[in-house]
Order: sequence, then C-alpha cells, then structure tokens
Amino acid sequence: MIDTIRGQNLLSLEGLSRTAILEVLDVAESFVEVNQRAIKKVPALKGRVVASLFFEESTRTRLSFETAAKRLSADVLSLAMASSSVKKGESLRDTIATIDALGIDAVVMRHQSSGAAVQVSRYVPHVRVINAGDGLHQHPTQGLLDVFTVRQVLALRHGTSGLESGAELFNGLHVLIVGDVRHSRVARSDIAAYVALGAQVRVAAPGTLLPEDIGSWPVEVADDFDEALDWADVVGLLRLQRERGTGSFVPSLGEFTTTFGLTMDRARRLRPTTLIMHPGPMNRGVEIDSRVADLPSALITRQVANGVPIRMSVLYLTMAGSGEGSGL
Amino acid sequence: MSTFVFRQGLLVGASSSYVGDLLVVDGVIAQLGKNVDAPAGAHEVDATDCWVGPAFVDLHTHLREPGREEAETIESGALAAAVGGYGAIMAMPNTEPALDNVALVAYVLERGARSVVDVMVAGAISQGRRGEMLAPLAEMAALGVRLFSDDGTGVQDASLMRRALTYAKPLGVRLAQHCEDESLAGGGSMHEGALSSRLGLVGRPSIAEELMVMRDIELARLTGGAVHFMHLSTARSVALVTVARDEGLAVSCEVAPHHFTLDESACATFDALFKVHPPLRPASDVAALRAALRSGAVDAVATDHAPHAAQLKDLPFDEAPPGMLGLEHAASLTYEALGAREADPTSFFRLLSRAPARIAQVRSSDPRVGHGAHGAALQVGEDANLVVFDPLERWTVRADDMHSRSTNTPYDGRELMGRVRSTLVRGRLVVDEGRLA
Repeated sequence: MIDTIRGQNLLSLEGLSRTAILEVLDVAESFVEVNQRAIKKVPALKGRVVASLFFEESTRTRLSFETAAKRLSADVLSLAMASSSVKKGESLRDTIATIDALGIDAVVMRHQSSGAAVQVSRYVPHVRVINAGDGLHQHPTQGLLDVFTVRQVLALRHGTSGLESGAELFNGLHVLIVGDVRHSRVARSDIAAYVALGAQVRVAAPGTLLPEDIGSWPVEVADDFDEALDWADVVGLLRLQRERGTGSFVPSLGEFTTTFGLTMDRARRLRPTTLIMHPGPMNRGVEIDSRVADLPSALITRQVANGVPIRMSVLYLTMAGSGEGSGL
Repeated sequence: MSTFVFRQGLLVGASSSYVGDLLVVDGVIAQLGKNVDAPAGAHEVDATDCWVGPAFVDLHTHLREPGREEAETIESGALAAAVGGYGAIMAMPNTEPALDNVALVAYVLERGARSVVDVMVAGAISQGRRGEMLAPLAEMAALGVRLFSDDGTGVQDASLMRRALTYAKPLGVRLAQHCEDESLAGGGSMHEGALSSRLGLVGRPSIAEELMVMRDIELARLTGGAVHFMHLSTARSVALVTVARDEGLAVSCEVAPHHFTLDESACATFDALFKVHPPLRPASDVAALRAALRSGAVDAVATDHAPHAAQLKDLPFDEAPPGMLGLEHAASLTYEALGAREADPTSFFRLLSRAPARIAQVRSSDPRVGHGAHGAALQVGEDANLVVFDPLERWTVRADDMHSRSTNTPYDGRELMGRVRSTLVRGRLVVDEGRLA
C-alpha cells in the first residue's frame, strides 16, 4: 500500500492506503479556505510549470485542474489535442518528449486509452504525472473529490469538521453505485476510495453493464435496485457512456431509465438524509431525472466546486515532494 | 557445396538418440555413426554436449514483405530464423496486399529462394483476407502452397469456412485457423478477466477462441477437411483439439512460446510489447500449455513471429498493433518449458521440426518452390537441413541484438537456457558458433 502521494505520481487510487487518501483530503481542507478569500491565490507552486494535456475532450476537469494550478501560482501550459495519437501520426512518447522539452514539472493528462498516463510516467520519470482520466481505467481526482464531498457534508451534519472526523464518518457508510460500472473509470476510482476509507459499497446495474469479474471486486451486487436505494446513505450515479458503445449493452435508454434510472418516483422514496452524487456531465432524463438533479440532496455542483481544492491538494502534494516548499 | 562433419553430438532421431558423428556431403546426409572418417578438407563442427537434429520449421512467421518492410523483410526475417535454428519458415499472408494470388505467392517464394532459409508461403483463404470470397486456392496450391490461412484474424463466417474446407480437401492442403470470434473479442486488447477489468482494458475472452475451435472441429468433421489450429492459448482449446484428434479428425495444433512462458500479468504495465492476439492468458493456462507440450497434446511450437516498428509499440495499449518477435528465442523457451536439463530431446525436435514439417508437408523436397526436405529422421540420403543446439549455454536476450528489423521482443534482458550453435540449410552452414556465417 502507498501511504503518501508526496513527490509521487497519481495514476490510480488502487493501492493508496487510507492514510494517503486522508492526507489529500486534509490538505484540500486548507485549500477550501483559500478559495473563499478575495484573492484566491497562494504562492505554493510559484515558478513551477504544469502541462495540462487533454487528448480526450473535457471541459470541467481541465478547467478545474487549470484553476487549481493557477491558484497555487504555477504556470500552466494548456494543450488540448482531442484526436487519437494514431490519427495524428505521432506516438505518445514523441508528444510527451516535445512537451517535456519545454521544461515542465508536472503533466496533468486525460486520454481515451486506459493506461496512457502509466505509459507516459515511464517516458518522463523526472516529471510528476497526474492522471486526469484514462480510458476505462481510473479517474483518481474524481474519486478523491467524491469522498471529500461526502465527508464535508456528513461532518457538517454531525457538527464536526472534515479534518477532525478523519475517516470515522465512512465507517460502515452504505454507498450504492449505480449504472455503467463496466465502462466507468469513475466507478473504479470511487470504489477504491470508499473501500479504503471503510465504507460498504454495493453496485446496481444491468448485468451487461457490470464487469465480467465483478465477483472479485470488493463490492456486493445489489439484487433489487429499489431495496438497495433504501439501504444507501450515498447514491453515486454514473454517466451512461453512450460514446463508448453502451447502446448495445442495454436494449434502450428508456429501458435503462425505467430499470436503473434515478427517477422522481424513486427519489421520493429515498430517505431524506440520502446523498445523491453524479460526476457529470449528466445525461438528464437517462440515469437521473432532471428534477432529481436539482434537489437539495443532490451534491452535483458541490462536487464540481470541491474539484478545485482537491486538485490543488494533489498538485501540491505530488509536486511539493516531502521536504521542500511549503508556502501555504 | 562442401563437406561438413558434426563431431560427437547427440544425434536425435525420430525415436532414439545416440552420441556420434554426422557427415554431410553436397547437402545430403552421407554417413552417421559413433565415429565417422571424414574426407580431407571437410569442415569440422565440434558438437560435443550438443543436440544435433533436423533444422527447425516454423509454421507461423510474419515476414511483413510486401508492404511493411520497415518492420521486416523476407531477407531479415530469414536471418532471424537461421539464428534461431530454423531451416524453413511459413510466411503468413497478412502482408499489404495480402498473399491471395499466384503473383504475390510467386514473389515471396522467389525472394525466399534467395534468402538463407527455405521460405514457404501460407496463402490467404479469402480474397484480401476479407472473409467474404474464396481466394484462388487451387492456383496457389499448384505453386506448392500447402497451408492456407487468413491469419491476423480468423475466418469469421462459418459458411465460408465450411466452403473453404470442402474446396480445399481434394487439393490435399490444410487450412490454418486463427481462432478468435471477433464478435466476442473485437475491440479487446488483453485477456478478459479480473485484471482487464481492473486495468480498464476491454478483454478478449477465452470463449472467443474456444468457440471457434469448437466450430471448426465440427466443420472438419462435417467436411472431412484438415484444420490446423494456430497459436492455441487456453487449456480448453488444447483439450478440445486433443479429443478431436483422438476421434480421428484431421486436426493439428500449435502453441506459441509467449503463450507458454508469459501470463496476462505482464499487461499490468500497459506496455504494448505484451499485446498479442490471442492475448497472454492467466497462469493456469500457461501451466496447462507447458504440460501439453510435454504430453504430446500439442503438435508443434510455432513462433507467431510478428515484427512491428518501434513507434507502433509506443502507442497506447489499446491502439498498438498486436504481436511480438519469436524466431530468435523460440528454441530456448521451448527447451526451458520442456524442463531444461530434464528436457527430452526427441520431444524438442518433434515440436520444433518434425511435426511442423509434417503439417507444412515439407518432408520431401519440392523443386517447384526450390526448397528441400525438412524434419528429417536423420538417415543417410536425406537433405541435410540441420541444427546444432547447445543445451548448456546460457545467454541473455537483447532487443537491440536481434537480427529482425524490429525489436519488439517481450524478453529483453531475460536470461535463457540453451542456444542454437549452428544451422545448416541447403548444404550451407548459415549459422556457425551462434553467429551468422
């Protein structure tokens, strides 16, 4: 198990210990305050260069990372190259070598291929690599901001703070993850984070949207969606990955909505304390009813807001290393 | 032509072995015995502690020419083959364009005749390997083609495969099938299982291979045609072929060294060097294939030597082309899998030479294509396509030292046991002391 991401790459949440995850969350708490200041900037990464390399289109994650880097006073090289490296005729190795030649300290990268960030980390061992989503593999900062958001809300309810509560509020917490687990990097990162912090995780989806080996995952498969909704303290919905050909895995979007969508009817039957989460972008009317997305128990915009302090924390920890530069 | 005498090697016959000398005159085995008097001027090769047997025959070599000469040419592939102890190799038809007609087959045979080993051609089963229309099998067979395959992918359409078997049967040729049902495996890049789902890589499930093995066994039964199953990678696939063979069907099968030496865990690095179709399987399948090598359930070891330009193997795992080098380390890996020092030399030459020569039908020389007989029993009068294998030598694989034009070996840095010392093809010592002569 990895006990800290200080000075390390962040490629996956798998293998991160509870201690490592809590460290990211705790450092992020201190950055929440920075984001509430009139001047939202600290000099922690002044003079450092972060390349933001998005091979696959993304608006929210890229903006969130770049905002985080700027609030830490890092310089940002932003490159959107939303086409496959095959089509461009350039290998990942060459692309990275080119960017590296410009002088960078970290790469934040999103790629449509699973493992692309792992490959890049081999090509530039002197550069910190932060995976901003790779194929169906991992989306570590999404997993981190999801548990951060849950901890923040539960701490508030319990009259404590996230920092003080540590991992306590996750102990035995019932988390239900619903939808296209098979094609979801968010599910893989979320499950790793929740399980590391002590939560119980169930998944609910048509069998075709679960990975073939779901039995070997540290989760239970819910037999009955409605019963599982009743069980859940947190309902994490996943985007139905229509662009990944999910179409052939379910007969129709309508049928998916009927069987596994968080419809208004189902939302009404939830316990009032149950939290509703979605990593965005939502398919309103498919996995989540539009009105449900706007309920007070839906934390969707809070998740987006928390993306910034979490990514500040990740950039700070991975780049700051163990000894140098506090500047908080 | 000249005269060679191999001194005091273990002469490995089809069923028995003994230490002795072997004399080759003008490309033909002239004399064997405990001690042979060589004529003056004979080239002496010291084979003490080595195994002497028929040069290896590879049923599955991607030579990339025509079309992708930056990855390999017939000439460079033949050099790699010779260093690996091969005297004959079967060029796969998935070149660009595909080897689906007489002109292209003749081109490869002609280039092959000028290379250092005998080059056979597997013609395409379907036009353009598109799996729609039969290629001119009879015309290619008349040129000496004895094996047909759409390798790269399998023939997906059951009806076309049935027709191909029926059409091929009177020609006396064999269809070699890459077994993977693309409706199940398509889009996948590693074995489907717990690891692929953890890594977020789409899987190529075992069932994709096994279903096509089952289908083609039944089609062989129906048509009476002969099917060779290429690079089987699962325990179940081998078991299916074993049963069919015992039932008397005309089926044979090969396994590739990477499938009996590497398992799927290598893919966890996302290094596309380990991407291959069919994919590397779980350790249990690897163990089953090794057992099958020893038991005789597998007919042949075939390399599936698949060179790729380095920049293509630098692509992300799901985008990179499948395949890895094989020719230069297949014999060592087979020796290790057979138990290294406990390895049975007869099984070794059965897997690497005699069975593949039988399947490729190169047990007699063929003047049409200019190649000699292979997989010999080591008897006087046979074509002297021979290899001297030193089972005691240890060596380290170096990707940069490969004779192939490509470097995509998954074994870079790995120390191996056993190495080819000499390869004699068409009466010419093409490899001597482990180096190209």
